[in-house]
Amino acid sequence: MSIRQAPALTTHNRKSTMAQQPETRVSATTPRLHVAHLAKTYGSGGKARTVIEDLTFTVDAGEVVCIVGPSGVGKTTLLKCLAGLQPASSGTAAIDGRTISGPPPEMALVFQDYNRSLMPWLTVRKNLVLPLRHLKLPAAELKERCDSALAAVGLSHADNQYPWQLSGGMQQRVAIARALAYRPEILIMDEPFASVDAQTRFDLEDLCLKIRKDFNMTILVVTHDIDEAVYLADRVVVLGSRPARVLRVVEVDLPAPRDQITTRSLPEFARQRTDVLSLIKRPA
Amino acid sequence: MRNLAIRNLVIGTGIPVLLLVAWWFLSANSADPFFPPLETILLRFQELWLFDHFQSDVLLSLGNLFLGFAIAAVAGVALGFATALVPPVRWMIDPLIHFLRGIPPVALVPIFISLIGFGTQMRVTSIALAAFFPTMIATVDGIRSVSNDLMDVARVYRLSRKERVLNVLLPAAMPQIFSGLQVSLQVAFIVMIASEMLGSSQGIGAMTLLAQQSFMAADMWAGILLLGVIGFLVNILFGLLRGKVLSWYIGSRRLARAA
Repeated sequence: MSIRQAPALTTHNRKSTMAQQPETRVSATTPRLHVAHLAKTYGSGGKARTVIEDLTFTVDAGEVVCIVGPSGVGKTTLLKCLAGLQPASSGTAAIDGRTISGPPPEMALVFQDYNRSLMPWLTVRKNLVLPLRHLKLPAAELKERCDSALAAVGLSHADNQYPWQLSGGMQQRVAIARALAYRPEILIMDEPFASVDAQTRFDLEDLCLKIRKDFNMTILVVTHDIDEAVYLADRVVVLGSRPARVLRVVEVDLPAPRDQITTRSLPEFARQRTDVLSLIKRPA
Repeated sequence: MRNLAIRNLVIGTGIPVLLLVAWWFLSANSADPFFPPLETILLRFQELWLFDHFQSDVLLSLGNLFLGFAIAAVAGVALGFATALVPPVRWMIDPLIHFLRGIPPVALVPIFISLIGFGTQMRVTSIALAAFFPTMIATVDGIRSVSNDLMDVARVYRLSRKERVLNVLLPAAMPQIFSGLQVSLQVAFIVMIASEMLGSSQGIGAMTLLAQQSFMAADMWAGILLLGVIGFLVNILFGLLRGKVLSWYIGSRRLARAA
């Protein structure tokens, strides 16, 4: 019996380091990420342009939430506010009740354009190491983090190559591996699979679900692909455009584990994607 | 790909060799005092530079060139960073830079002669100051064109300010910095010779000018030949350095072109 229990224990330990102090997490009723009446206006006076007007939604710990909306709706602006790259004009975004005022330490971001988010002068492994340098980790842990992150995205063989030597899908996997090695509690992805081919896209979507399961991360994905949103998410936040506002939060109750073929062929899947699509298609 | 490279190498070295051969035969029986036979020029070249004046003049010139260029490179990159990253520095020195860069570098030499005199110091200062501008301006441009996405990545992953400068901005701006350094090197070379011609009795430039003024045409040609050889070798060295530092950039560009 004790032999069978040992691996389970290891997994548990590993998870707790991944998620960094899950015990101190606020009780399940308090959302991990709370966006309240968030608004963003660029410029002022007559030239003012309101991109986001009054967004409110929450993301619970361990949840995958997708944000969908028509292109140009201000999804990227929203993410920049959440990542602390831009201040909100009014309203707040908070993690565990703490208002975000700069890049939060427990968060990692995977950018839309892998082409411009990886350092072309660094090899894959050194790209992973760069964000970890200031954490002053012991060499062994640094190596272990990179090794396991690369293994998770299936790129262990490519660690000495440069990003530009890899295909688009592989580059995006490097960007995801960099986020994993950072061991964030909250992972935010901005249209992460927009510029890869369909097959790679399915693989990366499943990778995203695997990350949530293995690393117990809270994941927020911005996408314009409704099928993708329904496939990935526990909940879908549907945005309306100009200025952006929440049209509805759709609960997705598709069974886990999800599978590209069986899940997508469920009648329930079709019904949910139709729900979301009709929300977006409807003239505002 | 490989064959093409070999072909280019053959053409690249073949043409200069062919020109030299043509020069050799066309000038062989020349009695014109200003255009002596190449054979005479090469003889004087050997007598003068290998190795009679090598230490006293060639090494002196090269020492000034490298010292001046090194000062210009370090100061140019450092001040370029300060200008691009610290707005008050930009407001203070931007107009001044654009005024000074408009003055042909060689025109500064007489000023330095009056200010500092004829010594090595004057020559190194002239070289450094003239070579400074191209590197500095290229550095500023390089930093300004670093993509916002890359800087967002640096901020999200909470890189320190030092890491952002040394591990993101510097390598990202390096291709442009090297373009600036290349121009700086050429300017340094020009000013090295000009400073010697205008205010010195030592160095390759001084020797060459002296030869011209004393109607020693073969010596003059030998000096010019030496300058050509040095310029060529210095550029090759620079190319090797660039290839090493920017291997990622050269590789990615080649791949992008092939695709």
